[in-house]
Amino acid sequence: MSGLLFLIPVALFLGLIGLAGFLWTLRNGQYDDIDGASERILDDRYDDKPDV
Amino acid sequence: MLSCCPVDYALNDITEMRQSKGLDWTGDLVADPSPWVTYDQDGLAQLDILVPEAYCAACIGAIEGNFKKLASVKYARLNLTRKRLTISWDENLNSAKDMMVVLEWLGYHGQPFNRDQFDNLQTDSYQKKLLTSLGVAGFAASNVMLLSVSVWAGADESTRNFFHWISALIAIPALAYCGQIFFKSAFNALRHGQLNMDVPISLAVILATYISISETIAGGAHAYFDASITLVFFLLAGRYLDLSMRQRARSAAEQLMSMQAIAATIILPDGKRQSIKLADIKLGDEIFVAIGEKIPVDGMIIEGKSDVDNAFLTGESIPDLFDIGDQIHAGGINLTGALTIKVTATGEDTLLADIIRLMEEAERTDAKYIRLADRVAKLYAPAVHILAAVTLLGWMTLGKGFNDSLFIATSVLIITCPCALGLAVPAVQVVASGILLRLGILLKDGIALEKLADIDMVVFDKTGTLTMGQPKLINGNEISDEAMRVAASLAVNSKHPLSQAIVKAADIRGLKYSTNGNVQEEIGQGLYDEKSQIKLGKRIYAAPESIQVKEDIQAEFYLSIHGQNPIRFAFEDGLRPDAKQTVAKFKKSGLEVVILSGDREAAVKNIADILQIKNHKFAQNPQDKLAYVQAQQAAGKKIFVIGDGSNDAPALIAAHVSMSPGNASDVSQLSADLIFQSQNLSAAYKVWQVAKFSRGLIKQNIALAIAYNIIAVPIAIMGLATPFVAAIAMSTSSMIVTLNALRLRLKEAGLS
Repeated sequence: MSGLLFLIPVALFLGLIGLAGFLWTLRNGQYDDIDGASERILDDRYDDKPDV
Repeated sequence: MLSCCPVDYALNDITEMRQSKGLDWTGDLVADPSPWVTYDQDGLAQLDILVPEAYCAACIGAIEGNFKKLASVKYARLNLTRKRLTISWDENLNSAKDMMVVLEWLGYHGQPFNRDQFDNLQTDSYQKKLLTSLGVAGFAASNVMLLSVSVWAGADESTRNFFHWISALIAIPALAYCGQIFFKSAFNALRHGQLNMDVPISLAVILATYISISETIAGGAHAYFDASITLVFFLLAGRYLDLSMRQRARSAAEQLMSMQAIAATIILPDGKRQSIKLADIKLGDEIFVAIGEKIPVDGMIIEGKSDVDNAFLTGESIPDLFDIGDQIHAGGINLTGALTIKVTATGEDTLLADIIRLMEEAERTDAKYIRLADRVAKLYAPAVHILAAVTLLGWMTLGKGFNDSLFIATSVLIITCPCALGLAVPAVQVVASGILLRLGILLKDGIALEKLADIDMVVFDKTGTLTMGQPKLINGNEISDEAMRVAASLAVNSKHPLSQAIVKAADIRGLKYSTNGNVQEEIGQGLYDEKSQIKLGKRIYAAPESIQVKEDIQAEFYLSIHGQNPIRFAFEDGLRPDAKQTVAKFKKSGLEVVILSGDREAAVKNIADILQIKNHKFAQNPQDKLAYVQAQQAAGKKIFVIGDGSNDAPALIAAHVSMSPGNASDVSQLSADLIFQSQNLSAAYKVWQVAKFSRGLIKQNIALAIAYNIIAVPIAIMGLATPFVAAIAMSTSSMIVTLNALRLRLKEAGLS
């Protein structure tokens, strides 16, 4: 039981970090140009950051 | 592909670029985008340009890289999904037109557009909300599911209760947030006295949550937190797929809308020229139309004369000569001479507006099509409610308590919830529209794919649809290399389609011809080289003494070299390379094929004979075409119309489903449900195949979803469905329909 008391908050915390990360990418405009992002990664001559 | 992909040119400024282009590249052919320029707080000019041809990494490199090399440009960004280029620059150094010229020079055609006009903020924020909800639901579902798995694995009572409480803690806020999309829509439907799919969904989610909370408080064994949050997650995924497909369709429509927004060049009273938006043109304004430009308004020519290509308006394949005093119509293309026209009609009064009125009429009479998914939902939603209510009442009369009966009724609602159904259709449509995109076909509306599956008649326009819309030399075997070389050296100076056909034929033979002779163009007549006294042009101009060759079903030019017999060049609007094959395939599949053309009888008959189409009509005006389509549809036919001209537009709208080539007139592209961008007419057949196959998959998926219900519902009604059974059943059925949708990809291999 004591293991659970410790592990469950850890699991939830990690999950929340993931969720926060997802929401950040969303706000940051990372899904605005999905086709472009998949092409930009192939070459470092041009800007590889999302448009903001 | 066409422009893909230019080299990464090293350039420093626009002057150098113009020189390297080797032409007088002042950009006469490029529309002046100044009406679309906006300014930010630092005084930098900003312009959004739609670049439909950009589609890969090298395009990003070429466009962004080269714009950034210009000293004036501060920012250049190409959004490949929306095909938009945004640039901001210092207008003291370069004009807005320079930017368009640079883009043109890089090999891309751009259309300036107004961001505010297109951006649908409502849809954008809905999409954000949907994605956020999907993220939250995904997080909550995975965590709750982990806890539930432990419970199902046989956690002891205290652990189980503890886990239920944690699940409640995660699931309740998550549901309150993510469920809103369904609750709102359900509430709206109920307020208008209707039932939609969201009503049973909302009911199931709310009841399941309520029951789970009371079970948790009572320390009971079964909580449905996992089922309700997973349900929401799956359904949100389906919604997102549906939306992203509709958005893809929307951006196709966006591209077309911007094409309409081309500016015109007005001549001010003091003689200056200025670019203004079409909407701002007034009666009596004088408009300048350069060679190669589209005529923006109806008007009378007051200066200059030119050959004008009216194929889009009338379907005639050969251009006509227009002189001072002649009326010309918006939509024609000015081929050989610069014109000044006085505007005699704007907006409502133009020939184009007449066509648009017909289009509106066609739209009014076009029957509203109900999507397959909606038709199923109409039956499904009431059935689910009745089933749940009967279960509740049934168990109560059998002597169970209200709470226990409600628990079973809720499990019926959860089990029947249309997870699989909600994914079945969007999953297929997203895969299908992706395939079409790779085939170069734009889908403007998802419904088009559904409609396409039940066509039984195909109507083709001739000029520009079955044919290339450009004349091709047909008597090349009668013409010597020498004659061809001489003709090409004259023809290369003209934009007349027949001249261009000669140049093309010479290029195909690999002939070298001089391009800098002293050639004059007698507009509407032909070309004349002063030094050698060679003429190329119409019979009356170049060879008045020669006898006319039989009835003129073909266009012709004569080459007359001093002291020699004139040489005849005959032309024909050539068929698209795969027109015959495509028509044959449609006929073989049992569809009726018809030609409706605005062209002359002989020209239409000739094509119809080659394609072996018995049912062909000639000299059809827009009304005739519309009337034919409407009459056939009234008789129960489902017609697929394929056409490119503005004169086809009303018929395109009235048709069950319609398609236009990518080089078609604006109006017809706006009217058609699908646009194909390749040279190949076989796109029409392919898209039909994809549509039929996806229709089959959608039906299979719906059948699978129903079969699943037939098995699962009795279990639920009997009260045997535990949360564990519900979770397994829901996930499997959703997986199965999604995987089934992906089978469409296998079909793709056979198409391309």
